[in-house]
Amino acid sequence: MINEFSVFRSIDKINDSTHLIKVYSPSIAASAKPGQFCNIKVSDNNFPLLRRPFSICDVNGDEIHFLFDIHGEGTRLLCNKKNGDTLDILGPLGSGFKIEGDYDTAVIVAGGLGSAPFPFLIKKLPANKKIVSFVGGRSKDLVLTYGLKNVFTATDDGSDGFNGTVVELLKMELENFSKNKIRIFSCGPNPMLKALQLFSIQNNYDCQLSLESAMACGFGICQGCPVESADGESYLLVCKDGPIFNADQVKL
Amino acid sequence: MNGIDLSVNVGGLKLKNPVLLASGTVGYGNEIAEFTDLNKIGGIVTKSVSLKPRKGNPPQRIVETPSGMLNAIGLANVGIEKFITEKIPFLKKYDTALICNIAASTVEEYVECVRILKDEDAIKAFEINVSCPNVKEGGLEFGNDLKAVGRITEKVKSVTDKPVIIKLSPNVSKISEFAKVVKQSGGDAVSAINTLVGTSFDINTRRPKIKNITGGLSGPAIKPVALAKVLEIKRNSDIPIIGIGGIMNWKDAVEMMIVGASAFQIGTVNFINPNAGLEIISGLAEYCEKHNIKKISELTGSYQI
Repeated sequence: MINEFSVFRSIDKINDSTHLIKVYSPSIAASAKPGQFCNIKVSDNNFPLLRRPFSICDVNGDEIHFLFDIHGEGTRLLCNKKNGDTLDILGPLGSGFKIEGDYDTAVIVAGGLGSAPFPFLIKKLPANKKIVSFVGGRSKDLVLTYGLKNVFTATDDGSDGFNGTVVELLKMELENFSKNKIRIFSCGPNPMLKALQLFSIQNNYDCQLSLESAMACGFGICQGCPVESADGESYLLVCKDGPIFNADQVKL
Repeated sequence: MNGIDLSVNVGGLKLKNPVLLASGTVGYGNEIAEFTDLNKIGGIVTKSVSLKPRKGNPPQRIVETPSGMLNAIGLANVGIEKFITEKIPFLKKYDTALICNIAASTVEEYVECVRILKDEDAIKAFEINVSCPNVKEGGLEFGNDLKAVGRITEKVKSVTDKPVIIKLSPNVSKISEFAKVVKQSGGDAVSAINTLVGTSFDINTRRPKIKNITGGLSGPAIKPVALAKVLEIKRNSDIPIIGIGGIMNWKDAVEMMIVGASAFQIGTVNFINPNAGLEIISGLAEYCEKHNIKKISELTGSYQI
């Protein structure tokens, strides 16, 4: 974990609301793992006061990439940065995806902006793993396939791909892959993760969930981002114990 | 920095500098140690520990507000047994004063906690939390009651020779009355202020943004309140004060000392800049040099009114 004063390099519009920024941050880039995140101070003053957490979308040499929607004041400020501006970043934070192990096919399941961490994961997966991506969104313009491979899409309104949820699509398509040993990597809104969690546990699939939570510090000291453990005995912290959890580890 | 004495003595608690990391904002030190050198910090006030472990409140626990944040963590902690076996051994390795913050729901529980911990050499003082706004029992119920604060101070003092600091609530009409009672009951210092009770609602769902409905407000938004409360205590009592509330940088720290603080705690800023403590220490030293201050303790209560 490093607090690095990084340099804003570029911003690109991916679609109407989604942006990709590239930041020169060599120390964080050198130690980042897929699934980890960074906590970014988007202003030099107390407005907004807290940092904003973003998944690491990709790492390219000394650069880190972040994918985000303009959602509130923080992301609006981030969007207004100019090339060469300094960006105060804490990272890399949290656990990453577990990518080692005995499986043939990496099944990516993403909803909306949940696609963000997967370009980096795809880059880091061992070369012998097959990759298939299931991506969902409310409508065609909200299906984010940036940096993904072998994509199947689902939309709530049927404007792109399967008409229904991405988990329903996964259930249908997975039969074609069931001869292989699969591992599911997922990120997206809570209802999607909940449906996927249930499906994975019932069918004994190896499944990792990337959770999202409001948080202040991002490294375990504020205790502001609890998620209940599966046994209900304690709270785990999304920032430090996660954001990646096994499907059977948490109660969503 | 040459020759400037940054050390302070707060009611018998000796610190190499006046910078303390506030309870509940650095856990038990291990996470923040990755970003900052704890050996340089005056002291660490550990996350409130209670006799038994506490799970804490369900999410959502925090929300950002203008220049501040609300939290309702609910005193989540590992309990006193794990605190001794797992947390103290880690903190012991650092050359910084360890102050143990204690939360409880009865007077007896406060006393029992201190009794169990009093022989731990690593602990240099106790901070008694009578002002947590986010738990049903204990906490603020005590902090609002002059007699209860007096009784807790007296009982805790009777089982330990170590300095006892009472952490006061700002959610009272006259905080200096509480400081006076602490002094009369044998307390060595007060820390002020704990968070202010606040809330925040979503205008679309009309629901509170925090599950607990109310939370404790902290951050730069509360600094003027903290300064006023510390000044009020200073002008009405001679008990040493540890100032807390919205300190973000060395200038805020100097201001806090001028209105009466012998030492101060930084909290919310740790979430944003985990190295803030060290930056404040060097800022303080430079300020002293510039203003020809030989001992930083000269600053305490040096206001000109």
